[in-house]
Order: sequence, then structure tokens, then C-alpha cells
Amino acid sequence: MQMTEIKPHRKWLDIDLKGLWRYRDLYYMYIRRDIVTQYKQTILGPLWYVIQPLFTTIMYMFVFGGLAGISTDGAPQPLFYMAGIVLWGYFSQCFSVSSDVFGTNANVFGKVYFPRLVVPLSGITSNLLKMLIQLVIFVVIYIYYFVTLPAGTLQVNASILLFPFLIFLIAMHGMSWGLIISSMTTKYRDMKFLVQFGIQLFMYVTPVIYPLSAAPEKYREFIALNPLTPIFEAFKYGCLGCGSLDWNGLLYSTLFMFVTLFFAVIIFSRTERNFMDTV
Amino acid sequence: MSNIAIEFENVGKMYRLGRVGTGTLSHDLNRWWTMNILRKEDPYLKIGETNDRSKKGSSDYVWALRDISFQVKQGDVVGIIGKNGAGKSTLLKLLSRITSPTMGSIRYQGRIASLLEVGTGFHPEMTGRENIYMNGSIMGMTKKEITRKLDEIVDFAGVERYLDTPVKRYSSGMTVRLGFAVAAFLEPEILVVDEVLTVGDAEFQKKAIGKMKDVSQGGGRTVLFVSHNMDSMLNLCDNGLLLENGMVKYTGDIRSTVAEYVNGGNTESRFTQEESKFPLFISSVEFTGSDEQKRGLFSFGDDITLNVTLQRNKGFDMDKKTVMSIIIMTLNRTKICNLEIPIGDVREGKTTWSLKYMKKVLMPNKYMIQVVTHIPNVRFYDRQDACMFTIFDNGTEFLKYNGTDNGFIDFKPEVVRQ
Repeated sequence: MQMTEIKPHRKWLDIDLKGLWRYRDLYYMYIRRDIVTQYKQTILGPLWYVIQPLFTTIMYMFVFGGLAGISTDGAPQPLFYMAGIVLWGYFSQCFSVSSDVFGTNANVFGKVYFPRLVVPLSGITSNLLKMLIQLVIFVVIYIYYFVTLPAGTLQVNASILLFPFLIFLIAMHGMSWGLIISSMTTKYRDMKFLVQFGIQLFMYVTPVIYPLSAAPEKYREFIALNPLTPIFEAFKYGCLGCGSLDWNGLLYSTLFMFVTLFFAVIIFSRTERNFMDTV
Repeated sequence: MSNIAIEFENVGKMYRLGRVGTGTLSHDLNRWWTMNILRKEDPYLKIGETNDRSKKGSSDYVWALRDISFQVKQGDVVGIIGKNGAGKSTLLKLLSRITSPTMGSIRYQGRIASLLEVGTGFHPEMTGRENIYMNGSIMGMTKKEITRKLDEIVDFAGVERYLDTPVKRYSSGMTVRLGFAVAAFLEPEILVVDEVLTVGDAEFQKKAIGKMKDVSQGGGRTVLFVSHNMDSMLNLCDNGLLLENGMVKYTGDIRSTVAEYVNGGNTESRFTQEESKFPLFISSVEFTGSDEQKRGLFSFGDDITLNVTLQRNKGFDMDKKTVMSIIIMTLNRTKICNLEIPIGDVREGKTTWSLKYMKKVLMPNKYMIQVVTHIPNVRFYDRQDACMFTIFDNGTEFLKYNGTDNGFIDFKPEVVRQ
């Protein structure tokens, strides 16, 4: 029989990996719950996964492409915006799922113990599935343009193979930042409001609706400091052939991700032990 | 610790009163500095005080639990007793790792499942079946285990017909039954139960109590049980732990723990006096159970024996008509029954009478014994409200009312419907 000891102090890096593995069925259950319950009692159901990015794309085409006249670096507007929207949507979902993990689950956390990391992990996985559905639509539109446009306008290149890694980076960035914030939201509720619109503003310093090349010279370096920038650029480069593939940038982004993830998990595991007293 | 299932060692839990965020930053920083950099004890621990809600403390920090040390043997069913705010729920929360202790350590063997509140994690939009899986895996079961027990769970909860209906369409009773059923079939080594048996209808309560008994007796599992209902405590538990203001006040077998809680320590309800102004006086009154032990707490099914000792002083000229009356009365002094024993011929010195009362006549309630020596209609000698005794419910049909007053005499007519 397994013996457990509970003490007030825990070591710095004490992550219950064994526990996480033992609770893997719960991880699947949470994913299932997210997917099954989200669109219950809706007529269109999972179609909403597709409608949201489609309509946002149309809006962006009108506002940023039409009114503001921001360049898309030669790529067709719908494809350019949709690539950005799908990827950014996934990032912000991962972030908000993780940052609000204590708030939305206080009820369950207050009664049962299980490794809390299960919840954000399942959150980013269920959102991954949503994003894959959106990517399918992206591919459909892509094929349409590929066939109708003169050959050579859309260039697929080998860096498309980086996609799984890019998506992994996005998820981990979103989760790590979210987890760091989550420990603060339990104590200071202000953070929740700050973060909500902070993440909206953050989209504009990430090349989502514009290519990095279109940013004014003096801001470009600043935008390049954003660890998400190389990911978005690489994504668009891979499928649309616009922008650039910045290997150094990707390396920077990866290292940045590991450092934040490291701190995020430490902070999170410290918070989860006592958050019931503050929430 | 081979057969020790749970061990608490000097466990303490401190809470800070007041709002979070007022002047905490300096405290937080100070604490962080002393604890993590200087590696010293938490500076705010020293000014903590015991948790007495009724008194306004001088400090913002309060010990919800303090110096808690006890051991629970494997297979024991332990009842945790205490007033509201005594720290019962905090203790269970620490054990089930919902929050962590401020000091001390807790060790336990095996898997813990807590029924702190049943139906945790139920999602209203999901079906009963889906929720069984969800709830089970939250409690630490694997999918395989749940599938194996699904039929039993459904059968126990009695929701077979609605298994594929969203839980939001369930009645509240059905939801609770489903939640309890999942937890009951968890088969953990340690089960923590907090007041769940008060929900559901009578039939389900019976089932739930039966299941709890099975769990503790059949499987040799350890159960910690918190309830304000002393009757179910006495029924289910072997041992007790009495908490008061966050500290352990008493540990022992459940009967004495309940007695300690109810009567402040008068396990054996007895009355004695060595001398009196009367030449003929009541020297002692005490109760014994069927086990010859002195006590003041009986179950509805227990034989009750009352021992009354009289003393006749030397040289006292006694009237032949003198009697002793033994009256059982309620706490508001309504007499329930009276017994007269002629004592005109009693010798000098002490004489003892043993009165065996029939079981299952007096209802579960609180009673008082009054003993009077007198010559009827002529004069009184000694009159004493000798002692109180309690009969608790261990299975009448009124058990479901959780120990409210259900009268004093079990006097049932034959009911014929016409």
C-alpha cells in the first residue's frame, strides 16, 4: 500500500508527475466534457467552431484589409487573416483556460484532491481539437485559392513540416503564461480584468493581422522581442510563402518557452496547495 | 506503522482573519524573507491564538487547528465530534489534501476518498452515465474500474431509467444518490465522510448507512466520519475524537467521547452524598448497562439498570409506612412514571436496590431520575434530582429525524384501516 506524507514545506521542484500519470483517465474525461458540453442545446453545434473564425476573417478583411489598407505581403487576404486568427485563437484559449483554472474549478478543487495540472493540460488539448477543425476549413479555402490563382502565387515549402512544433510552442506559451497569472488571480481578483483586455491588446504587438515586414521600422525590433512573433511568421511563411523563417527567432522563442514553463509549473504547484484559503 | 492507517503529528493550521490585500504585502514580504531566506520559523506563527469564535482576539492570525496528534488504526471507524468551528472540516480538508497544514505532518496509507460533498464535478449538461465516469475519475478511479462497477453504482443509486438523461433533469435527490453511489463504490482504503447521510429520503439513508457499515466492517477499511448527529455516530463508529477550539479535547471509544461532548465528561451518570441532615437519606444513585459498566448513555435496545442505595442512620426510629419513590421525569420535570418501594423495614446502614427497566419502552430522549423518601401524606425526608440519563436512537423509525424530540414512551396502538 502506498504511503503518503503531507508536510507544510515542500521542495522547490516537487511536481507530482506520477500523480499526473495516475490520473490520465481524468485528463481524458475533462477533454470529453469540454467537447461534449460546449455546444449542447445549440442548433449549429460544432459548426460554431468554424463560424467564429470565418466571420472574424471577413471582419478583418473589411476593417484591416479594406479600411486600414494594411499589407498582407502579397498573400490572399482571407488566407492571411485566417492563418493569424486560428493560431492566435488557440494561443488565447490556452492562456485563458490556464489563467482561470482556480477560479472556474474552485468548487471541485475545494472538495477533492487530484493533481491540478490535469485541468489546464486537458484544456489545451480540447482546444487543440477545436483548432484542428478550424485548420480543416483553412485548408479547404487554401485549396480553392491554390487552384484558382495563377501557379506560383502560393508557395508551399518544406518549413510546413514545422507546423506541429509551432502549435506545440503556441500551446506551451499560452499555458505557461496562464499558469503564472493563475496564481495571482487567486489572491488579487483585479488580475482577471487586467488580463482579459491585456491579452486583447497583446494581439496587436504580435504579427497576427499584419506581417512583420509591414510594421514601422522603429517598432520592428520591439515586436521581434515578442516570443510569439517568430512562431506566427514561421507559420505564415510555411503555408503562404510570405514573411521570413527566422531560425534564431524560433530558438529564442523555444528557450523563452522552457524558462517560463519551468517557473510556471513551480509557481502553480506552490499555489495549488493553499489556494483554497485565499480564493 | 504497520497497522496504523492515519497518523497526525503536531498538526496545526493557521488562518489569517480579515480581508486579503490590506497590509498583507509587508507581512507577506516579511514572512517570505524569514522563511525562505533566513530559513527560520514563520514569524507570524507566534502571535496566533486558539480559535474561540465568541471572543474577539487581539491577533489577526487564528489557529483553526493546533497541536493535533492522533493515530487511527486500520479498519477503525472514527467519529470526529465537535461544535461548529471546532475544526472538524479543516481536519478533513488537511487529510484530503485540499489545503496544506501550517505545521506538523500527516501520514496515511493507501487511497483516500472523501465524501465531503457528493456529486462533486457533476456537469448538468452531461448524462448520468457520463457523470459517473467524470465523478469517478475525479475521485481517482480509472476508467476500467468504473466500467466494472457501473452496474452496481447504477443499481445502488436507483437511476437506471435516467442513465442517459442529462443530470440537470434529475431531481436533487437523484443527483445526491448518484453522487453517493459513485463514492461508495470507490473502495478506497480510507473513507472520509462529512454529513452526507443527512440527505436523501429515509429509504436511501438506510441504504447509505448500511453501505457505510459494510465498507467499514467487511473490507477492513478505515473511515473518518463527521456528523452532528450523535445517534448515527454511536451506531457507526468504534472510536471518537472530540475537538474543541481547534484542539483535541478527548479521544477514546465512541460512547465516552459522545458522553464527554454531551455531558462534559459525565460518562457514568451518578449521584452520591456521604451525609445529610436527614436520618434517612439517598446515599447513591447510578446506572449500569448490561455489561455491568456504569454509564448514563444507553441505546434504545439496551437494558437499563438503576442502582439506588439508601442509608438509615443509627438510632433512627422509622415509621413502618415509609416508602421510597423513584420517578423518571423529562427535563421539563413532567413525570413519566413513578415507582414506590416500601422501606419501612430497612436495616440500619446502607441498603441497595437494583431496578431493571425494560428496554424499548422509553423513547430515545433525555431523562432525569428523582428519588424521594417519605411517609405518604405525612412527611418528606430526602428528595433528590439524582441524575440524568440519555437514550440514543439506534434504529427506530424516527432515526431519520436526526435526534429531534419524538416523545418519551414507545406506546403504539394496533392500527386498523377501515
